Formats: sequence, C-alpha cells, structure tokens
Amino acid sequence: MSAPTQTTARGAAASSPDAAPRGFLGRSTRRWLLLAAGLVLALVLPWVIYPPVAMDIAAWALFAVALDLLLGYAGLLSFGHAAFWGGSAYVAGLTAVHWGLPFPLAVLVGAVFAMALAWPIGMLSVRRSGIYFAMVTLAFAQMLFFVVNQWRGLTGGENGLQGVPAGFFGVEAVEREAFWFYYAALPMIIGGMWLAWRVVHSPFGRVLVATRDNPARARALGYDVDRYRVMVFVISAGLAGVAGGLFAISHGFVSLQEVAWQTSGKVVLITVLGGIGTLWGAIVGAVVIVILEDQLASSGFDGIGIITGSVFIIVVLLFRRGVWGTVADAVARRTGRRPADEAVGAADGEDGR
Amino acid sequence: MTHADLETAAEDAPRGTVALSARGLTKDFRGFRAVKEVDLDVAEGEVHALVGPNGAGKTTLFNLLTGFIKPTAGTITVHGTDITGKLPEQIAHEGVARSFQITSLFDNLTPREHLELALQGMAGGGMRFWRSDRTLLRYRGRADELVEQVGLTALADRPAGELAYGQKRALEMALVLALDPKVMLLDEPTAGMGREDVERTIELVRRIAAGRTVVFVDHNMHVVGSLAHHVTVLMAGEVLARGTYERVRTDPRVISAYLGEESHA
Repeated sequence: MSAPTQTTARGAAASSPDAAPRGFLGRSTRRWLLLAAGLVLALVLPWVIYPPVAMDIAAWALFAVALDLLLGYAGLLSFGHAAFWGGSAYVAGLTAVHWGLPFPLAVLVGAVFAMALAWPIGMLSVRRSGIYFAMVTLAFAQMLFFVVNQWRGLTGGENGLQGVPAGFFGVEAVEREAFWFYYAALPMIIGGMWLAWRVVHSPFGRVLVATRDNPARARALGYDVDRYRVMVFVISAGLAGVAGGLFAISHGFVSLQEVAWQTSGKVVLITVLGGIGTLWGAIVGAVVIVILEDQLASSGFDGIGIITGSVFIIVVLLFRRGVWGTVADAVARRTGRRPADEAVGAADGEDGR
Repeated sequence: MTHADLETAAEDAPRGTVALSARGLTKDFRGFRAVKEVDLDVAEGEVHALVGPNGAGKTTLFNLLTGFIKPTAGTITVHGTDITGKLPEQIAHEGVARSFQITSLFDNLTPREHLELALQGMAGGGMRFWRSDRTLLRYRGRADELVEQVGLTALADRPAGELAYGQKRALEMALVLALDPKVMLLDEPTAGMGREDVERTIELVRRIAAGRTVVFVDHNMHVVGSLAHHVTVLMAGEVLARGTYERVRTDPRVISAYLGEESHA
C-alpha cells in the first residue's frame, strides 16, 4: 500500500520483460508483508499498550489517513478537519445518548453528517488552493466551533457531552471494557483505511494525482478539477467522521476540544510527520504522536506542545518527506526502483484558471 | 454572425466549412488591451499559423480560444457551436485540444499513464473511486498506439519528469492527439528545440494534421513556411495581416513590423 507509483511498477513489469521479474515479485511480496505486519500490529496493540491508548492510536491513524487522502493525493491542505472529526463526534455522541443507537450505527450517522457538512464547505473551498484553501477550511471549522460552544443545551458547551454509552447489541464486554471495544471498533478503522487505499488506487485516484500535479493540464484533458476536489474532500470528511465518532464513543464523552482548531493542527502535524502521499506515513505518524503524548502526559510534564512541536520541526528539517517517505526512498534506492515521488511539491497549489 | 462581419473576415477567408471562428475577440487585463477585436476563421482541415512578435497576444488568444481566460468581448464558435465563456474542460469535450508552450505534463506519471488518463478524460469514468485502477488497462491498446505514433515506445514506462526536452514535447503532442480533437491548438510546438528535433516535429505535425484542423503558434519561420496553409499575423493584440505564407511574408507592413524585428533578434 504505497504511493500511486505501484501501478507503474506493475505496468513496467508486465510490459518490459527485461526489467521485470525480480523487482516485481520483490515489491509485491514486500507490500503483502507490510500489510500482514500492519494487521498483526493492529491485533496485538491492546495487549502491549494500555487499551484506551491503543484505541486513540487507531482513531488518530484513520483521521490522519483521511487527511492524507486530501493533502498527499489531492494536494489540498485542510486546516479545518476538526469540523468533520468533531462534528461527527458530537452527532455520534448525541444519537448514542438520545436514541440509544449501538455505537457502529451512531458512528455511521456521525460520518454521514460529516459528509453532508463537507459537501457545501468543499464546494466553497476548492475554488482556492494553497494557503487560501487552508484558511477557508479553518474559517468554516471555527464557525462550527462557535455553534457547538454556544448551543449548550444540546452539546454541553465547554463541559462537553457527558455519558455517551458504547452500546453494542447488549454485548457487555464490549460495552464496558476498552480492551474489547477496541476489537469491536477495529473493523471500522481498517474498513476506512481500505476505502482510502481503494480511492488512491482507482481511476479517480489517478485523476486526483493529475489534478494535484498540474491542474491546468488536467482541465485541458477534459477533467472538471473542482468536481474531483469536492469528491475527495467529502470522502476524506467521511473517513475523518468515522475516526472522530469512534474516538468520542470510546472515551464516553465528547469534548469541545474535538472541534477546536488545535485538533485540525494536530492531524496535519501527524500526517506531515509520518510523510504525506503514502497512507502508511499517516499511520506511523499517529503511532508516534499519540504514544509520545501519552508518555508525556503520564509523566506529569505539562509542556507537551513544546516536545511534539520540537519533534515535528526536527523531522521536517531532517526528513523532508516525513518518516515513511524517507524510509520508502531508502528502500527504493537500495532496490534500484524509482522512488515514490508523488508527495514532492504536493501542497503548493497552482491553478489553471 | 452578421453579414457585415462575414464580409470583413472574408478577404482571405479560406474556403470550405469553418471549423474554428472568432469574432471581435477582445481581452483587457487591468486596462491593458492584450487582444483587440480579433477575427479569425480557420477552415476544416486547414493548418493555420499565428505569428507575431513577443507580446503580440498569441498565447492570450490561445488561452481565450480554450477557455483558460474569459474574453472581455467577442464570440468563439467551433463547427457552429458557440463556446464563448465555456470552461477549459467543457471546450475539451467540444473537440478542441491544446498543447502548452511551456511543457505541461504530470512529472510522476509515465507517458503510458498520461495517455490512459487523457483517453479516460474523454470517455468519462474518472469519478469511479470504488474501482481498481486496472480498469484503465482498457485504454492500454490505444495508449500504446499513440506512444508509438510519437516515437516514445521505448520510454513508455519512464516517469515524464525524466524525459528529455524533445521527448516531452512529443508527449505533449500525443496528449493532444489522445483527445481525438476536431481542432488542435499547438502553442509553439518547436519552442527551444534543436534543428533535428524541429525537423522531426514538423514531420510529426504534418502527419497528425491529416484530416484535422490545426492552429499553431511558432516563432520559427521555417516551421511556419513548411506547415501552414494560412497565416495570421498579430501585432500588439491586433490582426496585422492574414493570407498565405508567401503573401504575408512579402507584405510590407509585416516586414517592417515583424520580420524586421526577427532579423536583428
């Protein structure tokens, strides 16, 4: 599950016999091994670390994958993704509290809400790119923050929404224990990641990369660039919504923090740290940051931002492509394959209008 | 299109069906008039050159014709369909394809992937995010034909960013061809090329121009002379002269305004 280059590698192997077998098999095998390792890690995670932290890692990993879809593949830096993560968290929480929905359904309702919210926001934002896109998405997210904060009767305002049940069809182990909740939630996390992978390796994903690299040329080839951008924005918001809904329900309450701009910033930090345009990078970033924050918090240190910020700066300065991008490049060089270049220059929007 | 308009443009208007036509095309940029009431008629099957010194408005005119910028005034029709004010992607679907003066490719995609993308762009189906990108293989055959047509078969799986300049220009051409356009607009197809590449490109354009309407911009008079049936000379955003290459070349206004500049350039 690496960058879109994999189609190329497959194509090259299929058509030019001299360049083929070793690299092709090697790459394919590597990909399966990576996937297997990822799955095993996901399954043993709550055994090796505190289960609620494992759940946080899973939720943030899906959130970061959702953002990477937008940032890494469409070249759009959203600085308002807390609106979708947090918006879904509130809707999932409210439906669980008031309607007593089992958590997978509550989360899906939340995700649908996030997508419904993303549609108009996307339509209004994608006309801009680069820093303007970031600012417009931030502005919309701040509007949602304001509404949530003011509407105390519904959301609890600064106190958050308390007492969110994790209903799961009467299975008490899941409803009471974080350990089992993790396993009940994991299929949704993995399903979300699979969808992101499917999008990246679809005809749509190919167009997306084209609109990122050269929007003017994509339009000259007959592609309505804005439509593609709105679509990926909505998909990304839906996945962020699944992640946010699961996060809130696993905690049993929804905090105002979930719709705050710091949350938008954190997911960008995680994604860039891990390396954009690879999906795996987003997951690695989530593991690193969530564990780091948890360790710092339990040590009683109250300057978490200083540490995570410093780590971010160091990684960005030393490994321009993020942790995953740098590792992938090193592997590519060793095996003489073309590096996964997609991520380079992703977020500098230049438009053809 | 009024009768009077027809007559003014009729002077040197080519015979046959008009494929691409502009009337009174004007573009202002913050008070600066880059293109002034340009009339243009290109007959079906014709190869038409736009020439003029730098800043004459040739690229602006191209951008107007392909919807990348909107005209301040005037109309554009393609085979009788009004395309004024349409978006680039809509104009592409009307059968007008363009190349870019500065090579404009997707550096991370291979030539083959470029062409699959272009073919899919015309056929539709790019929104299918739930399908495997293997569905693009259906375009493989046609993509390979186009790659071969422009002589890039050996490089079909190399990222475009790694291609040499002349090869990138060839890929530009293949992309335009992939849209199977009724009208092809080529913005300086030989820009920055050495002599050998220029000759090869002339051959290529001649080959692909068969049965199509082509409008191109070029500074190289050898290219213009070898390819163009008709020439329109632009100067400071206005049409200075039009006609066959021979006629335009000997036009005293053109000699003083344009070729004069060319000789000491």
